[in-house]
Amino acid sequence: MVAAAQHPNIELLSYSEVEEVGGYIGNFEVKIRKKAKYVDYDKCTGCGLCETKCPSKVPSEYDLGLGKRPCIYKPFAQAVPSKPVIDAKNCRKLKTGKCGVCAKLCPTGAVNFEDKDEVITQNFGAIVMATGFDLFEWEKAYGEYGYGKYPDVITGLHFERLSNAAGPTGGRILRPSDGKEPKTVVFIKCVGSRDEAKGKEYCSRACCMYTAKHAHQVIDKIPDSKAYVFYMDVRTPGKAYDEFYNKTLADGAVYLRGRVSRIYKEGDKLICKGEDSLIGKQVSVAADMVVLATAMTPSKESEKIASIVGFGIDKDGWYQEAHPKLRPVETHTGGVFLAGACQGPKDIPDTVSQASGAAVKVCALFSKAEMETDPMVSYVNEEKCSGCAMCVPCCPYKAIELIPKKERAHGKTVERFVANVNTGLCQGCGACTAACRPGAIDLQGFTNNQILEEVDALCL
Amino acid sequence: MRYAYFPGCSLGSTGIEFGTSNKLVAQKLGLDLWEIPDWNCCGASAAHLTNHTLALALPARNLAIAEKEGLDIAVPCAACFARFKATAEAVKASEETKKKISSIIEMDYEAKGEVLSLLDVIGKKISVEKIKANVAKPLTGMKVVSYYGCLLVRPPKIAQSDDPENPMVMDDLMAALGAEPVDWGYKTECCGASHVVTKPMVGKQMLRDILYNAQANGAEAIATACPLCMLNLDMRQKQINAKWGTNFNIPIYYFTELMALAFGYSFKDVGVPRHFVPAEKLLQDVFSRTGARREGA
Repeated sequence: MVAAAQHPNIELLSYSEVEEVGGYIGNFEVKIRKKAKYVDYDKCTGCGLCETKCPSKVPSEYDLGLGKRPCIYKPFAQAVPSKPVIDAKNCRKLKTGKCGVCAKLCPTGAVNFEDKDEVITQNFGAIVMATGFDLFEWEKAYGEYGYGKYPDVITGLHFERLSNAAGPTGGRILRPSDGKEPKTVVFIKCVGSRDEAKGKEYCSRACCMYTAKHAHQVIDKIPDSKAYVFYMDVRTPGKAYDEFYNKTLADGAVYLRGRVSRIYKEGDKLICKGEDSLIGKQVSVAADMVVLATAMTPSKESEKIASIVGFGIDKDGWYQEAHPKLRPVETHTGGVFLAGACQGPKDIPDTVSQASGAAVKVCALFSKAEMETDPMVSYVNEEKCSGCAMCVPCCPYKAIELIPKKERAHGKTVERFVANVNTGLCQGCGACTAACRPGAIDLQGFTNNQILEEVDALCL
Repeated sequence: MRYAYFPGCSLGSTGIEFGTSNKLVAQKLGLDLWEIPDWNCCGASAAHLTNHTLALALPARNLAIAEKEGLDIAVPCAACFARFKATAEAVKASEETKKKISSIIEMDYEAKGEVLSLLDVIGKKISVEKIKANVAKPLTGMKVVSYYGCLLVRPPKIAQSDDPENPMVMDDLMAALGAEPVDWGYKTECCGASHVVTKPMVGKQMLRDILYNAQANGAEAIATACPLCMLNLDMRQKQINAKWGTNFNIPIYYFTELMALAFGYSFKDVGVPRHFVPAEKLLQDVFSRTGARREGA
């Protein structure tokens, strides 16, 4: 990330949101809201002094509420650029007008409480979507696991923060409820994944591996500890993945094939009742902490940004690739590419591969002076076109617009509007040809006459 | 508020105090329970293991009588409720089933009326204020766990309770009586039903686990809405103690018993002396605590 920030050809627009996207491949016009940071990044050196003295502390989003952060903060330690923003919702100065400790302390005078949002419009040749994922909200679906009322039933992401040396516990695995070290940890896989009744139909793909890692971390970091993993299947298709899983097994993690049907509290233990389907018996584990491998879901608002940019999503809300096997990095919209979990659940190596692929696709696009497109595109017979514009909203690729046309009629020059297809954007779907009332639009290679001839040949 | 009422077999026999207390509570709350005339067995357990059509036809006859009267139906027993509700849902879902069942029972039945458990009628159709207004002797500080068992909440698509995993209707009722509802893990676990008879070791172990979890969470009593749960939990504690060397002595009450008592009826009116585990002492203590507190205040 640091390398990207320092690259002369890369401009980072952090803390910014895309509001509108117009134009097309090679010439997107993007309206961007640069949100008020209340810190002048030209002056700020990133020393971090302000963060140490801010008196308002709120739960840290990055630590999933396990720790606190000040209201002038960097989202996480390795954030790029390594400069803070002020959380306007919680900042004492911005809320009540009193405080301003950060401004007094800042040695370069970078804090500016008068900062305002700025909206800019820039042109781009291509867009790569990389909006990532969120975790399935298990608290709303899994009553048998307590609907989130037990603080020691956490998700894999919480565990990740607990075991991280820069995390809220300094890398010690401790129970959120009382800060004690858990001796028995139960892991439950497929919470929300592969569960049509309560969650999602699909497999979230990364959980088998991170659960194996977490189970190993428990055994590794906590002396005399036990790790139990309830699973439906162990799916480890990847280079050195199965070896890793086997090492976790060999080092003492207990894998139980079955689902946990209920978690309840007895004293300070969480009793996990489930089934070991390999021995055909009910089992029950008294755990100190339970870690749920929750399903990956498309990130919140990813659907909104997809409609702003202008491409499709699939039935689960993941960004729709142009072809599941042959064009997994492209969307159906020319010049818009996909990278990472926004397209579907994936782990880090897969994300890096896809992101690299998307980058190269963009380079390939930019390396040519002219663009090759599919010849099967719509064309407008301007003599027939009445300019009714029915085709414009029909086009899923925003490829049709009305253009003025001058022509002579009854000895006078008149101007009227006709539809015009941008052949760079048209994907040849044919929606406009069906919508066109005067029959002015046809799809090259699949004209209405050609299709009627085919029908005749078949039927007559 | 008028409902058709189906007492079923238990409420005149093993669950007689459920029947008695239901009537007392209904009277106080202005709930008119119209007992279905000439009702027949709901067919629970036996019928649906024997013949699917029979299992639908038996409750359907009772439902048809209620429908003729134009009433929704309140069913106190969990097993009866499950059969009634399953029949209503099956008839609603299929025109063919409706015709078949109507011809068997020789009555029209269109599943127009709502089938509710008595727990849901009292907990959802009657306002908390009305219940609170009737409380003469609050159960202040009585730590009680609510036990729903299986058939009041499962299968979720049929039972349509407030929440199949964590129902709260009875808990809220207990709170309205002044008691302290205790959260626990066995709210919707199975009591073992007739396993206690056919496979005693399996059944008793299930009961032991329920009693243990109630005790571990600090409950003084268990409230239930099902005559079979009541029977199992109340009658088997001695045997469980003998088998596992435990010391369970937890009074079990129907939720309507606790309501009737809180509304001011005597132990005898309600039928509390019929219980296997002595159930009067705890309530005497609760009432005296309340009294003491009142005097103190």
